[in-house]
Amino acid sequence: MLVNGIKSRPVYTGLTIDPNAGRHLFALEGEGPQALFDQVQQVGAGFLASAQILYVPTTAAPKDHAAKIAALKPDDLWLAPTIAVLLNRFRNELSRATMRTRIYVAGTEGFIGQVMRETLDFGVDHKSIRNEHRGSEARRVQCVHCKGITEDVKTSPYACTHCGLNLLVRDHYSRRLAAFQGVSIEAEEPGTAPPPEELFR
Amino acid sequence: MSINTDMAVRVTAITQVAESVKRFRFERLDGKPFPVFPGGAHVVVAWKDGGMIRRNPYSLMSAPGDTSAYEISVLRVEKSRGGSAFLHEKVKLGDTLSLSQPVDLFPIDQRGRKHIFMAGGIGITPFMAMMDQLSKLNQNFELHYAVRTRTHGAYWQELTERYGAHRVKIYCDAEKLFIPTEPLLGAQPLGTHLYVCGPGGMIDGVLGTARKLGWPEENLHSERFLAPPPGAPFTVKLTRSNKTVEVAEHQSILEAVEAAGVDAPFMCRGGACGQCETNVTACDGEILHHDHYLPQADKASGKKIMICVSRIKGKEITLDL
Ligand SMILES: Cc1cc2nc3c(=O)[nH]c(=O)nc-3n(C[C@H](O)[C@H](O)[C@H](O)COP(=O)(O)OP(=O)(O)OC[C@H]3O[C@@H](n4cnc5c(N)ncnc54)[C@H](O)[C@@H]3O)c2cc1C
Ligand code: FES
Repeated sequence: MLVNGIKSRPVYTGLTIDPNAGRHLFALEGEGPQALFDQVQQVGAGFLASAQILYVPTTAAPKDHAAKIAALKPDDLWLAPTIAVLLNRFRNELSRATMRTRIYVAGTEGFIGQVMRETLDFGVDHKSIRNEHRGSEARRVQCVHCKGITEDVKTSPYACTHCGLNLLVRDHYSRRLAAFQGVSIEAEEPGTAPPPEELFR
Repeated sequence: MSINTDMAVRVTAITQVAESVKRFRFERLDGKPFPVFPGGAHVVVAWKDGGMIRRNPYSLMSAPGDTSAYEISVLRVEKSRGGSAFLHEKVKLGDTLSLSQPVDLFPIDQRGRKHIFMAGGIGITPFMAMMDQLSKLNQNFELHYAVRTRTHGAYWQELTERYGAHRVKIYCDAEKLFIPTEPLLGAQPLGTHLYVCGPGGMIDGVLGTARKLGWPEENLHSERFLAPPPGAPFTVKLTRSNKTVEVAEHQSILEAVEAAGVDAPFMCRGGACGQCETNVTACDGEILHHDHYLPQADKASGKKIMICVSRIKGKEITLDL
């Protein structure tokens, strides 16, 4: 069960390389490098000479992505142990970046959302960020009741990891929170929640 | 405009600020305060010139928070059809004119972490108000201002004194000093927004350089002081008002239909806002699109025209108006 067709649902327009950019800054997670490899197939590896790549290989991803990126010899490749650590480094890079820097993000929705949010804080319009969804469809959802965020939500409804309410996942997305919205499915009559349906693989 | 929200004003000061540039100060006849306007906004100034009503858009360059008066600065255009010439030569202290509500098609992007203004000549006017606004908010900005000669350039001294030489850079054609667009735009921190106002060639040049350097479209802003270009006369048939109107060499379609007593919507009168978009029923010639509003596909379709600046090469056009 899902409420969809809501306008705030983000669309991911693809990781197309901007040939005019002087510097390419990539934030990649999990299966995100596949989008990079596709670009190399399409436009060649030339842009990698001025590319800086921050990558967090998540457990779900096959380990050889990092080695494959390294083999392409980008100007700089840095591996992060967790998303939080990557975001820290990413912020640092943004504070040094110029208007000649183009920003690219690929990975799961939750990851893209968090990277986008950091970038928006630097006065960058969301349309200027090139992004591509790769990997799991699992969502990052905020409970509208207790405000707790649950990562990696694969079903709707799901039980909030903070307050335990059964929540219906909506397509309503907040850029500021980088999260979808979860609303109680049994607010009227507790105990009437339908069984969880696996919707986001 | 169908809803008349125009403000009757009196000219309370006229100042020669540079060669060919005069500043006009307006106060409301009804004594009420003016609306606070966002920096970058303009008003359409309307006045009677003989039997006709002239309407020209001018950027507000006074402080946006000052509701006691509005000020504009006008360049006397050499080949003026009469608009800027009239303001310079005929308008006297105490005269009454009419101002539209402010229209903002050139807003500051508030998300910006730094703002770069590039002005050529009279294109300085919208930036005067924008800089006043940003300096009060303690925001980071820089002005790069190109003038023909020091005597032609308006306000450069005053702006340098007010905001400091580190934020205001003057480039004078006569001294062979030009804005170093490429190195300048190549070194701006992420989150910078660029605003350009000046001659068409300058705007195209600066935006072209920014794009070539990889600046995203979202950070580029410009305003053109587009005036309706002259051309061969032609006839306009109006289906809804059932009238036939002649457009003279130095008239726009909008001016011609207004003179015929037809109320057509408008806001910027400079081909930028989209208000005057009109459907074309028939046209025996080619539409000369001069606006910056219609998408290429609409221009090519021949079904739409922006009547404030565009005309036709042909005898007759029929409009749904
Ligand atoms: C949003 C906006 C903001 C503006 N802000 C300002 C401002 O702050 N200050 C300012 O000075 N102006 C401003 N303008 C421009 C202003 O509205 C007028 O276009 C300008 O004052 C010229 O008016 P005019 O009636 O004298 O010239 P027009 O007679 O309308 O002539 C306009 C242009 O057409 C050409 N032209 C006219 N007749 C002929 C002819 N017979 N042969 C060849 N060429 C001809 C002239 O080169 C002239 O540049 C702004 C315009 C816009 C759209
Ligand atoms: S009045 Fe603004 S485009 Fe014509």
